[in-house]
Amino acid sequence: MSVDAVFRIAGLRKSFGPIEVLGGVSLDLHAGEVTVLMGANGAGKSTLVRVVSGVYARDGGTITLEGKDFAPETPADAMRSGVVTVHQSINDGVVMALDVATNLTLDRLNGTGAKLLFNPRRIRRQAREVADRMGLDISLDAEISELSLADRQMVAIARAMAHEPKVLILDEPTSSLSSAEANRLFSVIDRLREEGVAILYISHRMSDIRRLADRIVCLRDGGIAGVFDAKPLDYEGAVNAMLGQKVDLGQVAVKDAGRTVFSASDLRIAPGAAPFSMELGDGEIVAVTGLVGVGKTALAETLFGHREPLGGTMMLRGKRYTPRSTGEAIAEGVFLVAKDRADSGIVQDFNIYENMSLPFLRRISRLGVSRRTAERTMARDRIADLGIVCRSERDEMSTLSGGNQQKVMVARWMTQPANLFILDEPFQGVDIAARRDIATKLRASAAGRATIIFVTELDEALETADRILVMSEHSIVGEHRNADVDIDRLLAEIAGRAQRGAA
Amino acid sequence: MTLRDIAIRYGFIALLVGLIVFFTLATDGFASPQAAVFIFQSVAITGVLALGVTATLVVGGFDLSIGSVATTAMMASAYVLVVLEQNALVAVLACLAIGVIVGLINGVLIVYMRVPDLLATLGMMFLLVGLQRIPTEGRSIATGMTMPDGSVANGTFSPAFLALGRHRFDFFIPSLIPVSVVVLLVLAVLIWFFLEYTRFGRMMYAVGSNPKAAELAGAPVKAYKIWAYVISGVFASIGGILLAARLGRGDIASGNNLLLDAVAAALIGFAVLGAAKPNAFGTTIGALFVGVLLQGLTMMNAPYYTQDFVKGVVLVVALVFTFALSHRGRN
Repeated sequence: MSVDAVFRIAGLRKSFGPIEVLGGVSLDLHAGEVTVLMGANGAGKSTLVRVVSGVYARDGGTITLEGKDFAPETPADAMRSGVVTVHQSINDGVVMALDVATNLTLDRLNGTGAKLLFNPRRIRRQAREVADRMGLDISLDAEISELSLADRQMVAIARAMAHEPKVLILDEPTSSLSSAEANRLFSVIDRLREEGVAILYISHRMSDIRRLADRIVCLRDGGIAGVFDAKPLDYEGAVNAMLGQKVDLGQVAVKDAGRTVFSASDLRIAPGAAPFSMELGDGEIVAVTGLVGVGKTALAETLFGHREPLGGTMMLRGKRYTPRSTGEAIAEGVFLVAKDRADSGIVQDFNIYENMSLPFLRRISRLGVSRRTAERTMARDRIADLGIVCRSERDEMSTLSGGNQQKVMVARWMTQPANLFILDEPFQGVDIAARRDIATKLRASAAGRATIIFVTELDEALETADRILVMSEHSIVGEHRNADVDIDRLLAEIAGRAQRGAA
Repeated sequence: MTLRDIAIRYGFIALLVGLIVFFTLATDGFASPQAAVFIFQSVAITGVLALGVTATLVVGGFDLSIGSVATTAMMASAYVLVVLEQNALVAVLACLAIGVIVGLINGVLIVYMRVPDLLATLGMMFLLVGLQRIPTEGRSIATGMTMPDGSVANGTFSPAFLALGRHRFDFFIPSLIPVSVVVLLVLAVLIWFFLEYTRFGRMMYAVGSNPKAAELAGAPVKAYKIWAYVISGVFASIGGILLAARLGRGDIASGNNLLLDAVAAALIGFAVLGAAKPNAFGTTIGALFVGVLLQGLTMMNAPYYTQDFVKGVVLVVALVFTFALSHRGRN
């Protein structure tokens, strides 16, 4: 039992249409062991979890639970077989309108054998058993909405544990918890490990991983990029495997910055984070890299006036820069290509040229009346400039590929001259050709402004930037000129050597 | 363009033309200028309200209070003219002020107090239905009425105010087109131009389609939303003025159907030209569609109580056009 894996995934495949998300993933989980699964965004972690938890059907490969084939039709099916998943969004694991007792026993209200009538006394008795077994120290009468996020998480996990699972999957359980709350979660996980549950723990947070991991498995582009189980665990190796770094260095002709365009001093962007300073010069491209959740987007939004800094000052072209809204930032020539274009960039009801002109309608219109001819001319220029593949500037956004949609988002902000051009994860969901096009265009047009890009993948930083800044714990912890980068030091900074709870 | 695209794009217009041809053949006098004007007049007030609600639909909201804003404006104008004995201009300004204030309150409730749009405007609807009855203790307002304190209200609906409801402009034929129809057409052109050709209109569509993207493109999203409710309130109060001028009294029982008819017209408008989104042209066509259908059926002696049923059928068919057939609806 201790040698053989309880749960064994072999050659698992899953595609959505033409896109293969998982291309033959093999993974073993052992009883009484925490296996950490690491992977950047888009590596296929969520898809893997959904296949295992019965949300998606697999296209190929085998999964066995205690030697028997495991093919859940529904999430409830998986749960009854003993594979329980606690999803990333805490509020998916609890029902807000009900009290703790009902939440703990919710799964018994459905399925065959469930009683027709709702008996509050029976529910409370069952809930008490579940809570005691978990050592849950929360009043059973409390409403979920009154609980802190951590307590809700505990209820969700306790609810999952009520099924006495053999395999427990935790998908980024600490992403919205404070460190004290996370520590409570860790002690629960320790207890479950001792009870012999096989745990798959998905996270980007190095501090969690150092605290919990017995083994680390890295997922990258839908395949396993590395398995680390020799003690002591090689955390930097794991980060390297996850982020990938196979570019031949020196591909970029590194330029040195001109005059300082933007500077920040003692900037603080999150409670408890260390203040940091930075300078961005004319003509240079600076990449900020770091794991997911270390505050890259928070910094991007702070620069763009979408979020207020907690402290520190920012200067733009020698003047104090204190944007109170995105509109003010744009007026000062600070532009942001936001992360996650479908959610925060594309206006789905608008065609290409309407999407491009969106931030600059005021500048394009005359007496408040928009000038469509001017908009279309401008859009045609950008389409030619960036090589956007479309029939005309009046095409709907939904007819474009991901790469071309992203080009439209970048082109939107290149129609006007910028002082500071910010791009947050500009290469997410973008094919390699479009990524090259965008990077080339950024480098070619860099003169006259400062450019800062936020990327999780190291490759993207190495092939685009002149200078690389490393973020960790909502602060900047390292700086490298992209000429002879000390990769080991860079990875160590990303992995964050001196962090809380380091094992 | 495939057959399906053509059907989606021109289907509803074709249906409207087909209806007109059918009624022309099936009844006497349907195709006269007078009958056409009558149709326009019958939908004028609903149409004005519908254009207002279109603005809130554009920003992704909804305004259920328009019907009661209109009746409140009607009661207020009667109160100003009859009880306070003021002139027509004061009455009109008072009504417009009501529209602006209600719109602002709706907007603030929705944007800053985070009350969901349907609930905020539903609450406002109840509030106004009650409020308009308080000054006269629930009675209708007409010249010579006895006030709660025993006095007699001696003011009258001035000729200038009544002209808003009863004057007809010459148009080839003397005294053909009523003021309300002119108001409808002018407002329709105005709001159509505003939504389609100004940057404000474009930003409102952006706010409705993806508020986060609009905000990250520098748009003051909250302000746009509030403005949409102000537009809706003002349009509804204009509808109320027209209603008061047509009736010549503050009738507590009138205007019951305004909300549903206006919302139906705006939603039918989604289907016109395959727009699959709120638009001023579609809303106007939607209002006329209902008008043509009811006028034709009335001339064919269909009983009045079937009217709501017919409107409902039209609305459901239009919604199927919009959401099931057009590819935008599928996304």
